[in-house]
Amino acid sequence: MLLLNASGCLDALTAPDVASSLDAFVTKTVTPEPRAGNAPVRIAETEHGMLNAIGLANPGRDVFIRETLPRLRELNVPLWVSVGGFAAHEYAETCAQLDDVTIEVNLSCPNVDEAPDSAAEIVAACREVTANPLYAKVSPHSWDMAETVRALEAAGADGFSMVNTLRGVALDSTLRTKLARGAGGYSGPALKPVALASVLAARRVTELPIVGMGGVCNGRDALELIACGATHVALGTILFADPDAPARVLDELEAEATRAGFARPADAFGVAVGAVANLAN
Amino acid sequence: MSRPRRERLSVTGVESVGPYALLRVRRGRIEPGAPGQFFMLEAPGRVLPRPMSLCLAPPGELAFLLDPIGPGTKALARLDAGDRLHVFGPLGNGFRLDVPRPLLVGGGIGIAPLPYLAEALEHPPAVLGFRSAHHAQAAALLPCAEVVIDPTLVTDVMPVNRNVLACGPEPMLHAVRALAPDAQLAWEAPMACGYGACFGCVVEVEGELKRLCVEGPVLCSS
Ligand SMILES: Cc1cc2nc3c(=O)[nH]c(=O)nc-3n(C[C@H](O)[C@H](O)[C@H](O)COP(=O)(O)OP(=O)(O)OC[C@H]3O[C@@H](n4cnc5c(N)ncnc54)[C@H](O)[C@@H]3O)c2cc1C
Ligand SMILES: Cc1cc2nc3c(=O)[nH]c(=O)nc-3n(C[C@H](O)[C@H](O)[C@H](O)COP(=O)(O)O)c2cc1C
Ligand code: FES
Repeated sequence: MLLLNASGCLDALTAPDVASSLDAFVTKTVTPEPRAGNAPVRIAETEHGMLNAIGLANPGRDVFIRETLPRLRELNVPLWVSVGGFAAHEYAETCAQLDDVTIEVNLSCPNVDEAPDSAAEIVAACREVTANPLYAKVSPHSWDMAETVRALEAAGADGFSMVNTLRGVALDSTLRTKLARGAGGYSGPALKPVALASVLAARRVTELPIVGMGGVCNGRDALELIACGATHVALGTILFADPDAPARVLDELEAEATRAGFARPADAFGVAVGAVANLAN
Repeated sequence: MSRPRRERLSVTGVESVGPYALLRVRRGRIEPGAPGQFFMLEAPGRVLPRPMSLCLAPPGELAFLLDPIGPGTKALARLDAGDRLHVFGPLGNGFRLDVPRPLLVGGGIGIAPLPYLAEALEHPPAVLGFRSAHHAQAAALLPCAEVVIDPTLVTDVMPVNRNVLACGPEPMLHAVRALAPDAQLAWEAPMACGYGACFGCVVEVEGELKRLCVEGPVLCSS
């Protein structure tokens, strides 16, 4: 099992110690052109999670490849680059320029307006131009996760990252939206049941590796994702509250596996999947 | 610069100061840092920690002045001696102290970083503004300061030709900057992480959106 950060939830160049405490660092999504991101206010806490509308702020593909990537390589942490875009060919052009990294194709950003091509078209276009490991980052909004996963596997994905945020809104005391953009991506503890359901549905139809994420705060949360069929686990919102979370979650994971009756966390892999084998997706 | 650390610290006491609360915690191995730097305080029962300036650094302790305006600050103000909370810091960039004629200017809860700053600068002159006499009780944390109460504003009484170091509500900071273009101003923005991870706290600096927790919170205005 690898422990990663969720894309957009850590800047390895600003916090290299936190990045080094992970098995691999996942970058913020990189788009073809530079993006300043959305106007503030961009974040708001809610009762059981948080909303963000960062808007894929990033320096753009060229500056990323020329300046950011060489500095990230100096950290000696395996790199995953999250790739975004607004059309299949844009994603593919970025993938074609990346070597020696795992690629995570962000098929699911809720904070930008442009509607992308179908997820499968994007993955197929990327597959054509890269031999790097290719993970598809999936939205929890998919009405049929099993169908989505089958289509992406057929298009050439090597694995899945799930889930991205759910769309949400929070209002202030005057009943105006707290985020300047209105809606944002909802992450944190409230997302865990959604993440568990998505991973479980995916695991029933694929044997490819799955990076499970969504509301993981402790070792028990990570173990539950593994039990639903996650091969790897990523930490997002919890990193904001606790930059020491990676080491803590790994410690707790061992203890929680023992408590649940498994010698090692890996022994719990997929145990929740069998129990619902007869249920529909 | 002090290296930020995250530790679980125990509360030694919470006192009211007018409408505000002074939260004191045992320091552990966390360093107080430079005046104007801030800490992320775990807010009991909340998902995200809350940014707070260091108000005072008594021996072995760190003290924060809180305005209980919402769920996070209210939860912090309700803590009791012996409760424990995670504290992460010091974070960000504080005030530059190498100024010849410092003047501290604070408004409302914006006076929070000034007592610790005043100590470092050996008690320079200060002007504090509050919305009411009740709020102005917090001026006790900065003896010798000149205090004004609404409708009088700090900018009505602020002497000129001084190196201003200010913290307060945004309209006050803009008004101070109009009078003292080279003032050092401590700004606020909603923050999720405080250490550059979320890109939530951006503010416009020289025409670009920059992370206030990394570039600030103290920015030089000119
Ligand atoms: C660097 C820094 C240092 C700070 N130092 C102190 C301090 O020493 N003492 C203190 O009491 N407060 C300080 N604050 C502000 C404090 O962090 C917020 O008041 C707190 O996070 C609000 O949390 P809440 O859950 O109580 O209220 P919320 O429900 O989060 O907010 C209540 C209201 O305040 C607004 N608000 C929330 N956060 C901010 C913000 N950062 N800037 C402007 N408006 C906001 C919200 O939009 C809402 O209207 C500081 C902020 C920063 C960025
Ligand atoms: C502030 C913030 C920024 C994010 N930016 C990205 C991004 O650029 N690309 C992406 O694929 N996911 C992004 N995400 C989604 C996370 O990677 C993750 O899928 C989601 O937050 C669920 O995990 P969590 O509940 O542990 O945070 C972002 C999430 C947050 C909170
Ligand atoms: S508060 Fe997260 S980047 Fe500044």
